[in-house]
Amino acid sequence: MSQKRVIVVGGGLAGLSAAMKLAEEEISVDLFSLVPVKRSHSVCAQGGINACNEVARQQGYSEWEHFFETIKGGDFLANQAPVLDMARQAPKVIDLLDRIGVPFNRTAEGYLALRLFGGSLFKRTHFAGATTGQQLLYALDEQCRRWEAEREGGGRITKYEFWDFLCPVRDDHGRCVGIVAQDLRTMQIRAFRGDAVIMATGGNGLIFGQSTMSVICTGSAAARCYAEGARLGNPEFVQVHPTAIPGEDKCRLMSESARGEGGRIWVPRTKGDPRPANDIPEEERDYFLERLYPTYKNIVPRDIATREIFYICEQGYGVGGEGNGQMVYLDLTERATGIKYEVLKKRLGGILEIYEKFVGVDPLLEPMKIYPAVHYSMGGLWVDFEKDTRPYEQGGGGMKEGDPKNQMTNIPGLYAVGEADYQYHGANRLGANSLLSCIFAGLFMGPCVKNYINNVKEGGGSASDVNASIYEACVKDQQKLMDKLLSADGDQNPYVIQRELGQTMSDNVTILRINKRMKQTLSLIEELKHRYQTRLGMPDGSHWSNQTLSFARSVWDMLLLSEAITKAAIARDESRGAHFKIPDEYETRSDIPLDDRAMKRDDANWLKTTLATYVNGQCELSYELVDISLAHPEKRDYGKTTDHRTLETQ
Amino acid sequence: MTTADSTKTPPTSPLPPFPIVLRIKRQDRPDAAPYWQTFSVPYRPNMNVTSVLQQIQSNPVTANGEKTSPVNYDAACLEEVCGSCTMIINGKVQQACSVLIDPLRAKCGNAPPPPIIIEPMSKFPVIRDLIVDRTRMFENLKRIKGWLPIDGYYHRGPGPKVDPQTQDELYDMSRCMTCGCCLEACPQFTKANTFVGAQIFSQVKYFNLHPTGQADADERLEAIMGEGGITDCGNAQNCVKVCPKDIPLLDSIGWSGRAATIHSIKKFFSK
Repeated sequence: MSQKRVIVVGGGLAGLSAAMKLAEEEISVDLFSLVPVKRSHSVCAQGGINACNEVARQQGYSEWEHFFETIKGGDFLANQAPVLDMARQAPKVIDLLDRIGVPFNRTAEGYLALRLFGGSLFKRTHFAGATTGQQLLYALDEQCRRWEAEREGGGRITKYEFWDFLCPVRDDHGRCVGIVAQDLRTMQIRAFRGDAVIMATGGNGLIFGQSTMSVICTGSAAARCYAEGARLGNPEFVQVHPTAIPGEDKCRLMSESARGEGGRIWVPRTKGDPRPANDIPEEERDYFLERLYPTYKNIVPRDIATREIFYICEQGYGVGGEGNGQMVYLDLTERATGIKYEVLKKRLGGILEIYEKFVGVDPLLEPMKIYPAVHYSMGGLWVDFEKDTRPYEQGGGGMKEGDPKNQMTNIPGLYAVGEADYQYHGANRLGANSLLSCIFAGLFMGPCVKNYINNVKEGGGSASDVNASIYEACVKDQQKLMDKLLSADGDQNPYVIQRELGQTMSDNVTILRINKRMKQTLSLIEELKHRYQTRLGMPDGSHWSNQTLSFARSVWDMLLLSEAITKAAIARDESRGAHFKIPDEYETRSDIPLDDRAMKRDDANWLKTTLATYVNGQCELSYELVDISLAHPEKRDYGKTTDHRTLETQ
Repeated sequence: MTTADSTKTPPTSPLPPFPIVLRIKRQDRPDAAPYWQTFSVPYRPNMNVTSVLQQIQSNPVTANGEKTSPVNYDAACLEEVCGSCTMIINGKVQQACSVLIDPLRAKCGNAPPPPIIIEPMSKFPVIRDLIVDRTRMFENLKRIKGWLPIDGYYHRGPGPKVDPQTQDELYDMSRCMTCGCCLEACPQFTKANTFVGAQIFSQVKYFNLHPTGQADADERLEAIMGEGGITDCGNAQNCVKVCPKDIPLLDSIGWSGRAATIHSIKKFFSK
């Protein structure tokens, strides 16, 4: 057996799943992470993980239903084969998580408890309080630690924590044969050989300034692959979560499970009502999601809830301001939900604590004030799949198991998985599908990567045979770049550039999109790039544990990604999923109902995946058709009533 | 979306806009001597210590107007669930993200608030400024076999059924974010010794209570019976007071102690 190794970059749910599955497949793994993997952003996931289950099945649910909800939730932009496999395998994923000790909530009899989540009328979300991501992450971390320490003698997984991925290394055939990374303490830059490299590096919320993401979610690792020729898929799709609490440093998520468990969203019927929420009587509240969506009520998908919140605030009903409030109430009080204090405390404890700690109010006694915030990157590194051509009824229609193409980027040997890839959520992700997509794909790709490294064509061999000079050259390039940054003596602080970028991106490239404004953002990005290149200042010259240096480098990556996101958003002349576009001429026409002002979904022209490629320092866009062989696009209004009455006339 | 700022609820009683003054204990390298610097940051409502540190990053100038390097500190989630940003703030070990500025100032009435004193944890080696090396906590998880020894990852059906009471108990312990507060506060835990501390006793209980974890239960107990183990616990009970997740650490310590005793008696009689 040759000494083949795989490099996994990122130690969240996707990276850990991939690492432990590969370890089981007798492949040694080098696992790189910016932070101890237990501190990865997956730890923030709250609400739960979806899977068809025996109870829901008897109520009429099925893997097909889960598949279709996901496709429809994503406004038909997700490729269908991978999603089908994800839905099919989901129950097995839950079983495995149960076996590795995730403390899922239980029924009185000891079965896994279930809750409702957005975009489904069936209870199909498994959860561990309101800290499901943390619990899953820890259980996977424990399995990886076992491979590090003990299993098969230990050492099957080697961790490199506090290391920053700098770039992929490619051989003469263009294959990815390793990475260059930097030790964030010694600042040493070195190359690592790998027969395949898996990018499991999460999303890019920091581009938008304050988001619900951890401050390590810069998207840099993906951007560094993009800059080396890896394509991005649908970069313009960014989820804005309807319910977060605004903050100076970040926006803190209030899980969708709050609504799944009975939480209700409302605004006062009177604009600028000065009374405290609890003093506003029932008949003077507008539970607008229940009014507009009588079937799904408060558990419409996130894009729908966010859009309605945006609109009701645009009309002046928002709270937290006089006539321009941007917040709405998310009500978990017993009065609104009819559910006892203790019951919700137990099922939602983790998020209630967050609200109480950061706002100073017990949300079970007083309605929360919440606000939409950037939350998840649906887009990411483009990845391929090989279809199982057997008919659906015979188990086909999904991905071909073990095929090396699955989850591979356009660079041979470079894979992507989790939030870093683009393929499972289309134009809008359903709640509680992200944990599933990360873990499912991480496990599923193990055999695929194994088959790739065991059957590398064109010269064959393993990364250990690649000429050392290729690695040395890459290290040299990276060192040069770092030295240049370290000696930058301009007047532009990297944190200030990032803040400016975040402001324009969050003002102009989130929920509502207007080409005129996005073009201004694009020019500002150009200007920021110019300032970065000519006037950057490095306020820390240390060669030891220099966070400012690493951050300064990632600012450039964020600028590149922002450019791709904005360009792709301008080009996509339609409304789909997370974003609605308003023609320039309607920019200020908030008097027209949003549904009439916004462009429609345009399947004839835009049912296609955006591909962004970095060519000669420029972002170039191209498109490929979406695989819709299993489910055809249909109307997606979740039973919205056509009632456009303003609140006053009701 | 508009900026977050415009959505803020103004504080009910206007606070005087004194700047926020921070005194930070800094250290350039592990082997360098520590030094103190004072920073003054313009006040804004609803700030936490993290957002003040962020302000210093974008304008790294001391209160005396001297240019300096931004203060280095670990941070990730900023919602007190990842455990990264543990530091000593005004003498108490806690996460920087969940220390809010307004309540600290509210106590001062109209007087200028005293500086906020920030230091790195003292029980772990300093890497730089407020960053410390907590590798020891993760290594100790290996020492006690902190995992469930399942056969493999191929599908074998669900795990063992767990009653909701046990799940409750497990869940409380599984929220440990390896932040280090319990160890910083513990008089027995020092840089020089090998004491494992409350974090580990709680994890031993966590894995030993699980039906699948019982396979390795004796080995976990053995691991906390030697040097640095359960008998070194001085019962100061500081750990439970500082745990940000309210983990019932005293229960875990008591449980692990009893289990270890029973285990050693059993071993004695089976010789």
